[in-house]
Parts: sequence; structure tokens; C-alpha cells
Amino acid sequence: MTTTTLAVLVPLLPFLGAAAGLLLGHTAPGFVRPLAVLPTLAALVLAAIVAVRQGGDATVTAATELTPTGSVPIELALYIDGFAALVAVLVGLVATCVQIYSTGYLREDPRYPSYAALVSLFTSAMFLVVYSGDLIVLLVGWEVMGICSYFLVGHYWETPEARAASLKAFLVTKLGDVPFLIGLFALATDAGSFRITRVLATVAHGGLDHPTLVALLLLAGVAGKSAQFPLHTWLPDAMAGPTPVSALIHAATMVAAGVYFIARLLPVFEASSAAMVTLAVMAAVTMVGSGLAALAQDDIKRVLAYSTIGQLGYMTGALAVGDRGAAVFHLLSHGAFKALLFLAAGVIIHASGTNSLAAMSRMSHLRDRIPDAYWTMTVALLALAAIPPFSGFFSKESVLGAAEHITAGHTEHAPGATGWIVLVAGLLTALLTAAYATRLWLLAFHGRGTEAPDHGRQPRTMTVVLWVLAVPSLALGGLAYRSLPDWFDGNDLAPTLTTSVLGTGVALAGGLVTYAAWRHLTGLAARVPLGAVAAHPEGDAGLVEAEAIATHAPAYGDTASAPDPADPGRLLLGPLHRHAAVGFHLDAVYRALFVRPVQAGASLVRFLDREVVDTYVQGAGALPRLLGAAVRRAQTGNLQTYVSALLAGTVVLAVAALLVASGA
Amino acid sequence: MHLAYPAVLSALLFCTGLYGVLARRNAILVLMSVELMLNAVNLNLVAFDVWLSRTAEDTLHSGQALTLFTIAIAAAEIGIGLAIVLAVHRNRGTADIDRLRDTAEGHESPAADGPDSDTPATGTAAEKAEASA
Repeated sequence: MTTTTLAVLVPLLPFLGAAAGLLLGHTAPGFVRPLAVLPTLAALVLAAIVAVRQGGDATVTAATELTPTGSVPIELALYIDGFAALVAVLVGLVATCVQIYSTGYLREDPRYPSYAALVSLFTSAMFLVVYSGDLIVLLVGWEVMGICSYFLVGHYWETPEARAASLKAFLVTKLGDVPFLIGLFALATDAGSFRITRVLATVAHGGLDHPTLVALLLLAGVAGKSAQFPLHTWLPDAMAGPTPVSALIHAATMVAAGVYFIARLLPVFEASSAAMVTLAVMAAVTMVGSGLAALAQDDIKRVLAYSTIGQLGYMTGALAVGDRGAAVFHLLSHGAFKALLFLAAGVIIHASGTNSLAAMSRMSHLRDRIPDAYWTMTVALLALAAIPPFSGFFSKESVLGAAEHITAGHTEHAPGATGWIVLVAGLLTALLTAAYATRLWLLAFHGRGTEAPDHGRQPRTMTVVLWVLAVPSLALGGLAYRSLPDWFDGNDLAPTLTTSVLGTGVALAGGLVTYAAWRHLTGLAARVPLGAVAAHPEGDAGLVEAEAIATHAPAYGDTASAPDPADPGRLLLGPLHRHAAVGFHLDAVYRALFVRPVQAGASLVRFLDREVVDTYVQGAGALPRLLGAAVRRAQTGNLQTYVSALLAGTVVLAVAALLVASGA
Repeated sequence: MHLAYPAVLSALLFCTGLYGVLARRNAILVLMSVELMLNAVNLNLVAFDVWLSRTAEDTLHSGQALTLFTIAIAAAEIGIGLAIVLAVHRNRGTADIDRLRDTAEGHESPAADGPDSDTPATGTAAEKAEASA
């Protein structure tokens, strides 16, 4: 088969798997698991073959126009360069791991068939985004992901948190998608085509009329999808979904789509220095804010969610300094270790029966119950904190190195100010990242108190994938930083000495400060008992997690934080903790700015409809009703009355006829 | 014979019938009054037919033919009418037109009457069963 055929099959197979899963889910339950895992696995293999054949140098393009669509043609086009080939492999790997993990995680869930089909559809949409060479086809995949995330985040729709979170995820991303769509149209009008190759050619010749406007419109959609400030608020709430869904959304699919989109169309953004500065500021605010917020969260998955937002900030930072190689490099390594972190967190939640770090810190021997999760999560956290031999170090250093490169004045792509913004924010975030990673590790695995409950071994499907993902988390960066430039633009991705020393230094400092704070507070934890665990610890992991999420707010007063004085994050953040725990009140601001006015407008419309419009309608009906009531009185039921009226009428008519006839 | 005699007679007959229809309470008497009115019309028809054929303007005797029609229809009508009156009398125990006011506006349906008004409820139910049979 040609490379093109294989590449077409990659998004098609999970799509067919999803369709078959939705159709056969109830009639043939035995086929559900193979239908979920095998198409995704096959897509992974095909994506790997495509990547090998593509080899980084020859861009695979193919296009066919189904039907003329009017002014600007829409084509089914493939455009596979080195970025697309490698990102597709990552998507396939993470999606396969998530599907295998889900067979164990949701093994007793009655809604597993639809869940697995939606995950397949989600994967297929991401493949479509990655491989598409036409912006409208890309948009189709983009929106399918949006609706799939709505369904998957709301998987436990019995709980109000999940319902609210899924609606929020949908609405906030759609808020960005509207400007995104307008931006795409503006771009295509200038370029005369939706094909990415033609758009890039137009940009290269300076053919864009309003590059800043287009770039900022597209940026809004990217901010919504990739959870960048100020549209990031849906991502922490999306933790109400099952853990494998979080792993899929955070590691490889939904949030990666935004970064990947900018990487594809980077020349469009580079055409406008205002857009690049906006991107840099957005990345900096996102990075630092999410780092602080992550340090204050109590729910283990919310810590990881804020961490995702911060790491995406690194990627947009790399794009802001015009180095998409570094951005996609970080996307790849982050995809591996963040998927691992979420899947391991799912195991931890199942084993401990709670998602609260405060409760875990009062539980000893948790790491002996789940050694697989302990060791793989340690690897992933070290990668997240960018400690040298792990993959996160190399990718993060490539970002910081690119920023440092720009500050030195080589400003062909981006203004020098962006370099400084990204570099300073990146170093600050490295400190915070190491701090919250250390806090997570210490609280989850080094708790003291009653022994953790023993539920026996975790299902093998859930532990094996952890080790599969641990390999790239450990080794991808070190092995790949020399060969990746061949696949990308050719920029050097090797760590530079200055940023390596600085980055590792602040990371170690952050980790040590957190450790010191934890040691300082460790006696306090025993004195303040906290902790509530799920009611059905013997259930499957999905049930335990749903119960843990549902009980967090009643047990600790809030979904995000717990009143735990022994939390090192509380000591480190000081008075900032209160604000960081609620995400710096951004939800409250949105509530005041958008939700309240919309609700007030809705009640005004309701009032106008009920009181004003309906009054006219009811008034129009009132007169006929009165007349009807008067006429109804004549109906006495007595036949003789009727006949009398008939006679009277006849007489009147006869007299009238006589009068007319006689001419009176 | 002058045309005035049968015309006056038939007018008197018709008025008697009209009075009976409007004023009598018994349904059978009302039916008899209707017959009176029909026969008044028949008398008129025959009288005018004779008068018209005498002046030779009409030789088809359509008035007499129409009278035969009216007699046949009246026979059928009185048969059905008496049957209805009999059925109503059997159900209600009365053939008093003043008390047969089921179609009046505001007449309560038997289901809404409640348990205390048992007899009319069953009566109307039986009537309905009869009507649907």
C-alpha cells in the first residue's frame, strides 16, 4: 500500500471502530473490547509505518476535491510533514494505552460500550486534525473532539459536578471556536484556498492583508482548545470525567490540537509581531498562574490538570519565540509523561479510595500496595520537574534554549521581548513545577497514619500500560534530541549550558524547599485527622473515582482544596494559597462578567415573553370567550325553546320579505 | 268549493299543531302535533293542486304526488319518533320534554357528579349504552 493509503486508514480505522462499537454495543457485548482496542492499535501501527516511510524529509501531500463548494474550494487533503508523522504516533500510542487501561478501569461500568466508542471517535478526530492538509477538514476534527470531550467529561452524568464540567468544557471551548472560525475564513479569503500549503505560500509572499487580526482570531480558538489563559478554566473542572479520559484529553488529543495548529501555521503568526507578543504574554501568565494554582490543589487530578495547563504554556512559549521544533518536542515528551501521570493517578485513586492528597498523606504504605504506580509515577514526576536524564528535561531545555536564543538578539522570527518574557516565566515555572511535583509525590506516597486499605493487585491491564509509557518518559528526550531536528525545521534542540544549569538549579531548589516544608509540617499532619474514602472500595476503579469526586466537596468543603494545615503548599504560598486554590477567582470573575448578565438577560426575556407578549395573545382571546359565554346561555337543552326561536326567526324573515316585496 | 275554505282549515290545523309542539310537555303529544302540521301542509298541497289544475296551468298533479311523499315520510318519522320516545320512557321513566335537558350548557357530566347522585349517573350511563348499541 502507498503511504497515502496508509495515512488515510489511520483516522478511518478508529472511526469505523467507534461506529461499530456504538452499533453493536448492546447487541454483542463480547465484541466491545476488541472493537475498542484493536482499531486504535492498528492505527498506531499504521501511523508508525507512515512516520518511518515519511522519514522526516519528504512531505506527503495528497488532495481530492469531492465537490465544488462555491468560492473557496474545500478539499480532502493530506499534509504529512515530520511534525504530523510524529504527533500521530504519539496520539496512537496514548490512545492505545488509554483504551487498554480503560478495559480494566471501567470493567464493570454499564456504559463502557458507548464510552469506548467515544474514545475511539475522539482519537480518530485527533488523527484527522493531525494529518489534514485542509483547514476546513481540520476544523471538522477539531469540533468532533469538542463534542466528544463533552460526552466523555460528562460520563458520570449522575453527579452534578460532571454535568456542570462537561457543559463548561463545551461552552468555553466553543467561545474560542467562534473567533477561530472567523479567523479561518479571513485567512482563506486572503489565500484563496483552505489548503495549508497554499496558505503558507501566500504568507511567504506577504499576501495577508490583516495578519494581526487573523492571528489573534485564530489565537482565541487555540486558547480555548489548548486551555491557555484566559480560556483555561474548563480544564481543571474536566477532572470530573474518568481518569483515562483525562489522560487522553491532556496528553495527546484535545489540548495538543491547539499547540499543533499554531505549529502548523506558525508563519501566519510570525507575520504579526503583535500576535507573537500576545502569545508570549498568554504563555507566561498561563505558566506562572497554573504553577501557583497547582501548588494549592488538593485533588490529585486537579494538580495534574493545572500542571498540564502550565506545560502547554511552555509549548505556546516556544511558539511565541518562533521555534516550533521545541514546541512539538515538548508536546511529544509531555504527552508521554502526562498520560503516565494520569493513568498512575487513576491507580492511586482506586487503591486509596480517595482523590484527596490530604487524605492520602494520612495513609501509610500506599506505595507498597501499588509498586507499579509508585515507580512509574516517580519517573513521570521527575520528567515533569525536568530533572536531567529524563525526557522532560531535554524538551523543556529546548524551549528555554530557544527563548534564550531570541533574547540574544537573533530576531528574525520574533521580537526580542518575547524571548525575555518566555525565559523568565519559564524559569519561574520550572521552580513551581518542581515544587508541586515534589508535593504531590511526598503527600501521595509518603503519608503517615493508618495503613492504606488492601484491595489486592490492580488489574494487569492497568499496570502494564504504565510501564509502556514509562519508557518514553524516561528515555525519549535523551535519545531523540539529536535526531528530531531532521524531522522538524532543523533547529538545534540540544540543551545549552546556561539554561540547563539555571533550569535544573531552580527545579532542584523548588523540590528541596518543598521537601523542607514537608519535613517541617510532618508532625502536624498526625494531629489533624482528615480523610474520607469511597463507600465501595471493592468496586471497579471507575466507581471508586466517581464516588471520590462526588464526596470531595461534602467532606472538605470544596472540590479544589482541603482545610489541611499540614499541606506544604499552604506554607509555601502563604496568603496566596486561598486565591490559588480557587484558580485566582477567575471563575468568579467570569460568573460576574458573563454568567450573571446572561442570566439577567434570560430572565428579562422570560418576563417580556410571559408578561408582555402573552398579555396581547390572551387579550385577543378574551373577547371571543366573552361572546361565547353569552351565546352559550341560549343553549337550555329544551327543544321547545329552540323551536320557538326558529319560529320567531321565520316570522321575522317573512315579515321582512313581505316588506321588501311590497316596497315599504 | 272556494279555495279559501281548505286554506283556512289548513292554517287552523297548522296553528293547532304549532301550539302543540311549542306548549305540550308530553313527547307523544308533541309528535301528534307534528303530524297535525304535516297534514295541514298536505291539505294545502292537495287544495292548491286542484285549484291549479282547474285553471289548466298545471296538468302534472305534482301537488298530489308530493302529498304521497309526505305521507310516506310522515309514517316513517312517526315510527322512529315513537320508538325513541318509548326507549326514553323505558330508561328515564318519563317522556316529559322539559326534563330531557341533557344537551343544556352547564349540564354536569355524570362522572363529575360524585357518589351521592347515583341514580342519574346510572340512568345516563344506561342511556349512553343504549345510544352506542
